[in-house]
Parts: sequence; C-alpha cells; structure tokens
Amino acid sequence: MHFTINGQSYDADVDVRTSVLDLCREHLGLTGSKKGCDHGQCGACTVLINGRRVNSCLTLAVMHQDDEITTIEGLGQVGNLHPLQDAFVRHDGYQCGYCTPGQICSAVGMLDEVKKGWPSHVSGDLTDPAFDDAEISERMSGNLCRCAAYPNIVDAIREVAGAEPEGRTAAEKDETMRSELKQGALV
Amino acid sequence: MKTFTYAKAETPEAAVGGFAQDAKFIAGGTNLLDLMKLQIETPGKLVDISRLDLAQIDEREDGGLTIGALVPNSDLAADPRVIAKYAVLSRALLAGASGQLRNKASTGGNLLQRTRCYYFYDTGSKCNKREPGSGCDAIGGVNRILAVLGTSEHCIATHPSDMAVAMRALDATVLTLKADGDRRRISIHDFYRLPGDTPHIETVLEAGELITHIELPTPPKGKQTYRKVRDRASYAFALVSVAGVVSVEDGRIASASLAFGGLAPMPWKNDAVEAALVGQVPSDAVFAAAADALVADAKGFGSNDFKIPLVKRTLIAMLRELTSVEGAAS
Repeated sequence: MHFTINGQSYDADVDVRTSVLDLCREHLGLTGSKKGCDHGQCGACTVLINGRRVNSCLTLAVMHQDDEITTIEGLGQVGNLHPLQDAFVRHDGYQCGYCTPGQICSAVGMLDEVKKGWPSHVSGDLTDPAFDDAEISERMSGNLCRCAAYPNIVDAIREVAGAEPEGRTAAEKDETMRSELKQGALV
Repeated sequence: MKTFTYAKAETPEAAVGGFAQDAKFIAGGTNLLDLMKLQIETPGKLVDISRLDLAQIDEREDGGLTIGALVPNSDLAADPRVIAKYAVLSRALLAGASGQLRNKASTGGNLLQRTRCYYFYDTGSKCNKREPGSGCDAIGGVNRILAVLGTSEHCIATHPSDMAVAMRALDATVLTLKADGDRRRISIHDFYRLPGDTPHIETVLEAGELITHIELPTPPKGKQTYRKVRDRASYAFALVSVAGVVSVEDGRIASASLAFGGLAPMPWKNDAVEAALVGQVPSDAVFAAAADALVADAKGFGSNDFKIPLVKRTLIAMLRELTSVEGAAS
C-alpha cells in the first residue's frame, strides 16, 4: 500500500486490519500520535486527514491510500514549532504530555472549522458562532487530558486564535499562584 | 479484530453487487471498527463505500433537501440550508459525539449506529442483540442508560443516535439501493424495528441494501430545537433527548412534531403526544398532558426509572421554549 504522510511518500506492506494510527506508529516510526483508548474516546490519536481532524485509531489505513495525512511530526519540528506547539509550551498546556500531540492536531483542525464558520453545540446563533472559552472547551471535548491541564490548553488555543482572554489572564493567574506560594498556601 | 477481505466500491451498483452474506458496508467506520475490535462485529468482507459519489446535499424544487448518505455529520450540521430550515437537525448533530467523530461519521452510518448498552459491549455478558437466544443481562442489571419504552423481555437497549431523533421529528425518508438493483423509499417512521424476540434485527433493511440518500421534506413551519440531557456537558450519549418542531398560530398550537432519544430501542415518536398539543392554547397543563401521553406505557427497570420523570420535565421545558412569543429558538 502507498501512503502520503506529512508530505512524504511511504510504501508499506500492512495487514488490512491496520489502523492509520498503527500504520504510523508501528510501521513508519511516526510515534508522535499516541494510542490512548484505541476506541475513539480519548482523542490522543487525532491526526489530520485532508486537513480534517479525525481519530486515527478508528479508521483503516487501507481506506486512506489516496489521502494527505498529517501527524504532529508534520506540523512542526524542534526549532521550527507550529504556533500551537509554541503556545502549548509557553502556556504549560500539559503535564505528562501523552495527550498533547492529539490536542494540538485537534486544535489545528478545530481552528480551521471555526474559520469556516462551523457552529458548535454551545453556539447561541448557529449562523454566527462566537469564539470564547466555552466554545473552545466544547469543540475540544473529544480530547481528554488525564492530568487536567485544560485551563492552560484553553489559554494556548485562545492565544493562537487571537481571541481576548476571559477573566484573569494567564499572567494574572501566575501572579496569584506566586503570591499564594509565598504565603505557603499551596505547600 | 478478525480478518476480512476488503473491496473498494466505485459505484453504488458495484457496492451492492459486491456484497456477500457475511459482508458489511463501511463508510466512516467510527462505530463499525470499534465493534470489530471487540469482535462484536465480525464481517468476513468489508465493502468500502466511502468514496462513492454520495457526499452532496441538494436542494429540491419543493424546497426540501436530498442528503447523500456519505455527507459527514460535521458538514451536514454546518450546511447553511440545514441551519436555516432544519435547525433541529444541526442542533442534534452538534449535540452528538466529538468534532473528530463528526468529521468521519456519515449520515447513513449514523442511522445504523448500534446501541451502547454495556451488556452488548461486554462479550462476557448475555445479550440477545449480540448473540440471539443467549439472554439479557441488562434486565435486572445496571440499566441506568437503557430504555423505558418499546422494550421487550428480550432487550431493553436504546438507540444511541441524536441525528436520527431529529430525522424522525422532520419526517425524513431513507432512500436505498437493493442488491437486486431495485430502489426503494422508506419513511424514517417505518425504518426501525422494535426488538420483540429478534433484537438483533434493528431496521427493515435487507441484506446488502445500501442507504444512498436521506430526504428531508419541505421545511416545516414553526420553531425547532433539540434538547439533550446527559451525564456531562459534552461528548456523552443522551439520557433523554427531545427534538421538537412546533408552530403557534392565533394563540393556539397549529402543528407539533416531537421525537425522543434515550428512551427506546429506536428514535421514539408517539402521535398521542402531538394530539394532546395541536389546537390547544399553550399552557403548562397542556404540556403536562402531552408528557403524560408520552410515558403512559413507560416501564422502568430499576436504575433507569428516573428517565420517566426526566423526559416529562424535559419535554415540558422544551414546549415552553418553543411556544414562547419571545426568545425564538434556533
């Protein structure tokens, strides 16, 4: 079978049962995409296929031989990070990091959906959805973070989207935490 | 996963022609592959229909829409014509699954989703749907998410789809191509079967019959909305849900179409609910009568008893919203 992943051509002789996720991880050495649940529930395996975010664990490689697949490795590399990768680092949008490649691929696809004007479950007006923290949370609900880094993930995505922060900014939150630490409140 | 042979179909005719007794069509695959991994589904052949030319939404002369079976759930929810005229469908789709899943899941496949009953998924349990004749561990088991209407002594599973609930409220029609080349039109109201003593047979589709399109009739009058109650705010199946289309003229309810999710083995609809509403001046007493009509035959199985009062309250809240003069629902 022949595949195009991150702009590169690959030939791989894989079993017909192989998912896109297993193709990448087990056959092509692209281990950035992670296997969490393997049932489409956690989002750790999210990749972009023809620019759309999908769960790579729930789709067969054999069905995507003519498609453009993009994994986290294709979005950016060390020294040349994608803006979302950079924002996740600066906002500390992870703890263990296992869900992060899926979060970032999902966020890339999600922001493209927002650009196209797609509404979400929390959009008051389906024809003119707002872009706020509630929208980010709803649209990212297919990506679970067991460390619960959600506030910082939302901060990172909001910054890349160019939206105004709601309530306290990340800097203000940091300042609060620093002063609480000084007072021993979090020790 | 058990192995299978794979064939990619280029045309609908080739897809039904290439069908075999133990075959399954695969489009998005988000439900089928999940079940194949657990060996709940074990097809000997997959016929890949994902690249058939059935991914368009066309407007007909009567103002209705013809939706290709392969239109992804995301695209259907975001289509400006759907948002403008069938908002209940957009709302139902957006209330289901996640962004990733909606990008892959097809319109036809959504109709054919299997239940998320725990005992159907657990191959160590008895389940008449998974293994006919084996029994049902859900009755008397942990049945909090399961059905209170349309059940049988053999099965109390619920149909999981949000989209299909809206399709029932909108009087959709399913268009198919059969293995012998015949085409047929099936009203969504006749599409699903109750479990009876054959809970493994969920629709009236014949072996090898392919859904090609779903038709929506001329847009209905009135306000539309979808209300879903679930255990968390996003990315969870409905405990109960209501799809509603209601119009009010001269202070009286002129028309009403209401369908329900999370209650039954199929998206549920009961004419008595609408009969209790049409012609009436909207009031809480009228809404309560409609809600009573809905649950007249409801039967809980212990841990799902709460669904009966919950759906009554959900319906009444929605009817208040849809019949209010201000605050148009979308």
